Amino acid sequence: MGTRRDFLKGVLASGAAVTACVAAVPAAARETRPRPPEALGLLYDATLCVGCKACVAACKEANNNPPEFSTVDHLWDTPLDTSGHTFNIIKMYRNGTMEVKDQEKNGYAFMKTSCMHCGDPSCVSACPVSAMTKDPVTGVVGYNPDKCIGCRYCVAACPFGIPKYQYDSPTGRIGKCELCRHRTKDGHYSACAEVCPTGATLYGKTSDLLAEAKRRIALKPGTRTTYPRGKVGGPDQSYEAPVGNYLQHVYGEKEYGGTQVLKLSGVNFAKVGMPDLPPDAAAALSETIQHTLYANLIMPFAVLGAMTYVAKRNVKPDDASTDKEGS
Amino acid sequence: MANNQHAAPAPVGGSLVNAVTLTCGVLIALMVAILAVRFLFGLGAVTALNDGYPWGIWIVVDVVIGTAFACGGFSVAMLVYIFNRGEYHPLVRPALLASLFGYTLAGAGVIFDLGRWWNVWNMFWPGSINPNSVMFEVAMCISLYIVVMWIEFSPVVLEQLGKDDARRKVGKAMFFIIALGTVLPMMHQSSLGTLLVVMGYQIHPLWQTPLQPALYLLTAITMGYAVVLFESCVASSAYRRKIEMHMLTPMAKVMLGFLAVYLLIRIGDLLVRGALSQAFVPSVEALSFWLEMACFIAPLILIGAESNRRNPAKLFLAGILLMLGGALLRLNGFLIGYETGDGFSYFPTLAEVLVTAGMFAIEVLGYIIITRRFPVLPREEATH
Repeated sequence: MGTRRDFLKGVLASGAAVTACVAAVPAAARETRPRPPEALGLLYDATLCVGCKACVAACKEANNNPPEFSTVDHLWDTPLDTSGHTFNIIKMYRNGTMEVKDQEKNGYAFMKTSCMHCGDPSCVSACPVSAMTKDPVTGVVGYNPDKCIGCRYCVAACPFGIPKYQYDSPTGRIGKCELCRHRTKDGHYSACAEVCPTGATLYGKTSDLLAEAKRRIALKPGTRTTYPRGKVGGPDQSYEAPVGNYLQHVYGEKEYGGTQVLKLSGVNFAKVGMPDLPPDAAAALSETIQHTLYANLIMPFAVLGAMTYVAKRNVKPDDASTDKEGS
Repeated sequence: MANNQHAAPAPVGGSLVNAVTLTCGVLIALMVAILAVRFLFGLGAVTALNDGYPWGIWIVVDVVIGTAFACGGFSVAMLVYIFNRGEYHPLVRPALLASLFGYTLAGAGVIFDLGRWWNVWNMFWPGSINPNSVMFEVAMCISLYIVVMWIEFSPVVLEQLGKDDARRKVGKAMFFIIALGTVLPMMHQSSLGTLLVVMGYQIHPLWQTPLQPALYLLTAITMGYAVVLFESCVASSAYRRKIEMHMLTPMAKVMLGFLAVYLLIRIGDLLVRGALSQAFVPSVEALSFWLEMACFIAPLILIGAESNRRNPAKLFLAGILLMLGGALLRLNGFLIGYETGDGFSYFPTLAEVLVTAGMFAIEVLGYIIITRRFPVLPREEATH
């Protein structure tokens, strides 16, 4: 029977094509990308934070965002989480009697929630239209509403839950921290760091911030040291304060290949809302899969070639007209 | 000519006004009203979407599950034209029609969900596209495939309009269109699974794997055959036609072949990644996982034996189970197994459900109108 032989031929041809391509495609494994050398970022030190939320207000003002209310009287801006209209917030950890700051049991702690500006951001990899981009020099992850189609794949992809969409508007945008990149031309820097009274949020090159973070965790808790405020390398606004009880972990140094915003804390990071992340970015795996299957479109075209060859043999040129007469 | 043995497709005829078409009409009207509110006041006005669950049933059911249900055309065309099993030829047109509707509506339905839909041209604009994005690949392939399917289906329309010249011209290129029509769904059905990879730890380990493309492709093919079983049974009962058992019985065997390969890869992957232990932790995810697996395994028992595959009721049930299993795999990966942090929950609003129902109503209504007025289903013996 011809059909059985042709069936086997079809199976063999397509099988061979696929195997040949998989073998021919060079290993396109894409490594997790490190931060750019001149990357800019923030260092947030939870032990210095007093929870005044000056940074939340400054962020609102710098980004022209409206207040969001969570109390009945609607008097003050009281967002409970970041949103399409709130790009930065200070959250609070509480446990038991809340007696000691930066202590996990019977203590409390603050944590800043805003974009981490990943070295290898999932949102940039996910965005189909390049509305989410990473600056090759500063590494700032920026958003362009004029390209954005509002698919919210970035919202779903981000491991920190940072890009957020404005569901309350027919023309809603994605809202997220862009490290105040629109303010640098007037000599300003991130508003949250500019206003922070204790230097808990510090702006600067991530390499400098990482060195500063490592200096702090190497110090003996309770001894006194100098803490810079505002911007690393900017005008001296430093002051002296006791060293906090740091965990020996600079969050963001290695997570997902490294982020440009770094964090120090006295309380376990997972407990204050920072997820436990592997050193490899999910974007690297996703792009490795895509670029293995679609490198230069070799595989799709080879499969298409095989399919065309087989279909050419099996599809009668006037396939449709024969069955019209078939009855 | 192999095809001469088959009854040629012919319009079923009959009235277009009945309880089913009227119900569809009402559902479609409701959908239009809800969409008007959505476009005037934003997604938040009608959906339960939030930043913890940015994708709801409009994406997961209408697009991810909907296009997998619409794989009948691709699965059958592959069987007939690639594996040269001409005996299944009469199944091609009805399956293709259902696929055409499924995909065209999913493509159109995406627009309802896009928050900034007027920018959608960027998806095809060379200065904007991002080839690293899995969604870009999905969008390109689905768009192209919709065009390809309309060309694949065009002989039916041209035949009814009596444009034989045009039909012959399309016929000459048909082999290439059919080849494209098998490659494009392979590409995007696999990538629909790859969409999850970048979400990393937010996807439950039972559904997060680098083998995503293989799992989604194999289940899409299986679901394609399952949908054909389902449609053939429903169409023959609704139109009081003879059920095409001589084709469905052997086709079900092909379907079980794909299913067996899928189950091997699925279970192997869970074992290798050490994720199977998660299935024994008492949780909603584990429950949903077992439900999903049951839907995939039960058909092997139900119609594993040749004699059972000759029983239309069992075939119908197996078809439904596999459609459910594939749907659950997708629902589990994209919604039930998706967790982005505390404090978020999602359950679709009535408005969201009505829009999804309206989309399915368009498919049913379109299928009825076209099969009654265009030559899609094989001519019944009795009408000879």
